[in-house]
Amino acid sequence: MRVRVLYFASLRDAAGRDEETLEVTVTSLAQLYDDARERYGFAFPRERLRVAIDGAFSNWDAALRDGAEIAFMPPVSGG
Amino acid sequence: MKSFSFSEHAIDTVVLRAALSDPHAGACAVFEGWVRDHNDGRPVHGLRYEAYVELAEAEGARILDEARTRFDIVKACAVHRTGDLGLGELAVWVGVSAAHRDAAFAACRWIIDEVKARVPIWKHERYADGAAGWLHPDA
Repeated sequence: MRVRVLYFASLRDAAGRDEETLEVTVTSLAQLYDDARERYGFAFPRERLRVAIDGAFSNWDAALRDGAEIAFMPPVSGG
Repeated sequence: MKSFSFSEHAIDTVVLRAALSDPHAGACAVFEGWVRDHNDGRPVHGLRYEAYVELAEAEGARILDEARTRFDIVKACAVHRTGDLGLGELAVWVGVSAAHRDAAFAACRWIIDEVKARVPIWKHERYADGAAGWLHPDA
């Protein structure tokens, strides 16, 4: 299946892109992040991130579906 | 007007304050977050904010809805800057009106704390020594 992945802040810098479309065989968000972390050398373990599917916060064991937009978010620093 | 919104340009506090006015309100509390010239002992020259706007607006609106449930207030709104900001610029504005000051102060404080903890916004600081970096505080 095909998913779109968004990267923010230091994750975007490390990945060298703010989004990408991937053809994936993994079925969970956790596996998707672990693969990206290995590929780009992200510093954060997933326990320190928040993740969203299609613009809504999600937990890590949510299932992926074809066409989903996934966002990986490092610890926030607004205000 | 959205209760929580982003602005790429300087925030117009006069318009925001006017939107809080209500015949039932006898108090207004406002918090302004400004860009300061230091962080963790390092001189700061300026910063940039980026947000996951779609989700951040939704989460910000949820915070303001929760505030209206938790506190006896009349109106509440907040605006956060994105883009490049210089020293002294207004980075975030939170305003609350209420019948009495206790609820206005308490809700204003609660809203800014929740925004800082929950809304997907990231600060990229530029330091006096030429370095720059994202702030990702330990939760």
